[in-house]
Amino acid sequence: MYRKHLIILLCVNVILFACSRKNDTPSLFAGFKAPANFPTTAYDIVKNPVTKEGFELGRKLFYEPRMSRNNTISCGDCHLQTSAFTHHGHDVSHGIDDRLGSRNAPPIMNLAWHPAFMLDGGIFDLDLQPIAPIINPVEMDETMDNVLRKLRGIPAYPELFRKAFGTPEITTARLTKALSQFMVMVVSSNSKYDRVMRGEGMQFTTAESAGYKIFQQQCNSCHKEPLFSDFTYRNNGIGAGPNNDLGRYDITLNAADKYKFKVPSLRNLGFTAPYMHDGRFYTLGGVLDHYTNEIQDMPTLDPLLKGGLRLSATDKEYLLAFLQTLNDTTFITDRRFSEQP
Amino acid sequence: MKVKFVFIYILVISAIVFQACSRKDDVVPTGGGEMSTLSIQFDNIVGAKKLQLNTGAYVNASGETFNISLLQYYISNIKLQDASGKTFVVPQDSSYFLVKEGDGASQFAKVRVPTGDYYTLSFVLGVDSLRNTMDISKRTGVLDPATGMDNGMYWSWNSGYIFFKLEGTSDAVPADPSGQHKFRYHIGGFGGYSAPTINNIKTVTIDLRNGGIPRVRAGRQANVHLMVDVLKVFDGNTRVSLAKNSTVMFSDFSTLVANNYVNMFFHDHTEN
Repeated sequence: MYRKHLIILLCVNVILFACSRKNDTPSLFAGFKAPANFPTTAYDIVKNPVTKEGFELGRKLFYEPRMSRNNTISCGDCHLQTSAFTHHGHDVSHGIDDRLGSRNAPPIMNLAWHPAFMLDGGIFDLDLQPIAPIINPVEMDETMDNVLRKLRGIPAYPELFRKAFGTPEITTARLTKALSQFMVMVVSSNSKYDRVMRGEGMQFTTAESAGYKIFQQQCNSCHKEPLFSDFTYRNNGIGAGPNNDLGRYDITLNAADKYKFKVPSLRNLGFTAPYMHDGRFYTLGGVLDHYTNEIQDMPTLDPLLKGGLRLSATDKEYLLAFLQTLNDTTFITDRRFSEQP
Repeated sequence: MKVKFVFIYILVISAIVFQACSRKDDVVPTGGGEMSTLSIQFDNIVGAKKLQLNTGAYVNASGETFNISLLQYYISNIKLQDASGKTFVVPQDSSYFLVKEGDGASQFAKVRVPTGDYYTLSFVLGVDSLRNTMDISKRTGVLDPATGMDNGMYWSWNSGYIFFKLEGTSDAVPADPSGQHKFRYHIGGFGGYSAPTINNIKTVTIDLRNGGIPRVRAGRQANVHLMVDVLKVFDGNTRVSLAKNSTVMFSDFSTLVANNYVNMFFHDHTEN
C-alpha cells in the first residue's frame, strides 16, 4: 500500500517538475535554430524565446486582416510567401482602400539578423516594427488600441494568448512579441548556395562558379555573405525618384545620409521583382545594366560605385547564373510559414 | 484513501508553487523616512489667458491669432531636492506622466516622496532616451503605444516618443488641400539609436522657494502649482511664426521650438 503511494507520489513529482520547466513544449517543435553557415543573430532570442504556441499565434496574427481598420488587409497581403514575402509585381504596395505606399515592400526573411528595419532603418527593434504598418494611413490605417479591442472580442484569441504567454491578456507587447516569434522563424537558408557552402553534396556549375568569383570581387562589399547584406545604408546611384524619397536622411537628419537606403539582401531575388526601394527595375538584367552604365553621380553616392561597375556581357551572364543559386524554393513553399486553414 | 492522499499532496505542492510565483520584489524607497504624496499641477495657460480648447483666441509674438485644438506632453524623471541638498529621485517606473489639456486628472502628476521640505523640483519634458529604446514589455501605462496615448504620442516609423504635441488653427496658416488653416507641432527626438540625430529631451529645473516650498507630510497632499505658458512655444531665442512654420515635426527646426518651450514652466504657488 505504502509502496503504491510512493510510486504515485513520484509520478506527481515528475509531472510537477515537468510543468515548472519553462519553454518546454510537448511536441517536436524545434524553436529557433540558426543555420550553420549564419552568424549570430541581432535579435535577442533569449528575451523572447520562440515557443510552438507563440509561433503559431504570431503566424495567425500575421495573416489576420483585423489588424486593419476595415478588416481587409493582413501583413501577408503585401508580404506574400510565394514571392519570398514581398509584394510581387508591385513597385509600391497598395494597402487599405487601395491606397498606395511610397516604397517597395521588403521581404520578411532572416529578420533575426537585421539590426534595424524598414528601408531607412527607422525602427531598431523587431518588436516595435508591426506598429508601423498597423497605424500607417496607407497600409492598415488602424490604431493599436482598436486592434487589441478587436482581438479581445474574438473568443479564440484570449485562449491563444494564454497558451503562448500563460494568461489570456492581450497587450501591445504580447501582440508584437508573438509576431516577432513568427518572423524570426521565417528563415531562408536552403538555397543552392547554402547547400554548396555547407558541403551538402552540391556543386556550382561552371557558370555559377565564375559568377560567384565576380560576385566576390564586385558585389560582396555591400551584399555581404551569407546574408547578402551588410545592413548599412548606401546611395547606389539610382538617383532621386519622382517623390524625392530621402531615405535614411529622414531618420538621422544628417545631410550625408540623403538618398541612402538599407542594402537589401540578394537572397530569393528570383522571386522578388521589382527591385530597388521604389521598385523601379523589373528585371535583374536591368539592375546590372544600372550598375555598369547608369550610375548617377550625387554627393552621397557610395564611393565604391563611382564610375560604375566593370562587367562584360559574359560577366553579367555568369553573375546572373550565380544569383539564381540564392533562390530557396523550400522557403517559399514551407507550410509552416503559410496561412493555416 | 489513495485518491485523497494524492489530492492533499497536490494541494500542498501547488500551494507552495503558487506562493513562490506570487512573490514580487518589493521596491524599497531610497530616500528613507515616511512616504507621502506630492502632487505637481501643470496648469496650461496662454499668456495672460486661461487655455480653452477650440474656443479661446490667442495672439503670439508674431501677431498671429490662433486657437488650440490639442495640447499634450510627457513629464518624466521627476526629482526633488530638499533643504539639505539631498536629492530624491522618484522611481522610474512611477515617473511617467502624459499631461493632456482637456483631461483634468492628467494635469496632476502625483508621486510618492519621503516626507520633508523641498526647495527644488526637476523633471524631463519628454521621455528619456533609455525608455525610448527599452523592450516593448516595459512600455506600459502612458508609454504603451496602444492604450496609453490617445491621439498618438509615438512615431512608429522612426521609433521614438513624441514629447510635445500642439495643434490648432490660425488664419495666418496657408490653407491645406482640405481648406483648413491647421498648424501641427509634434516635437520629439531622443538623439538617435545607432546614428546620432536631434535630441529634444529637455530637463526643467524649478526653484520652489519664491512660490512657496512644498511641505510633504504624512496624511496630507501638497500641490506644487505650475503654470505652463504655451505662448513661450512661439517666442524665446527664436520667434516662431505660424505662417512660416505651420508644421513642425522631426526636423532640425524642431530643436529651436524645443529650446523655446523649455521656458514654458513657472512656479505660481504651492498648496500645502
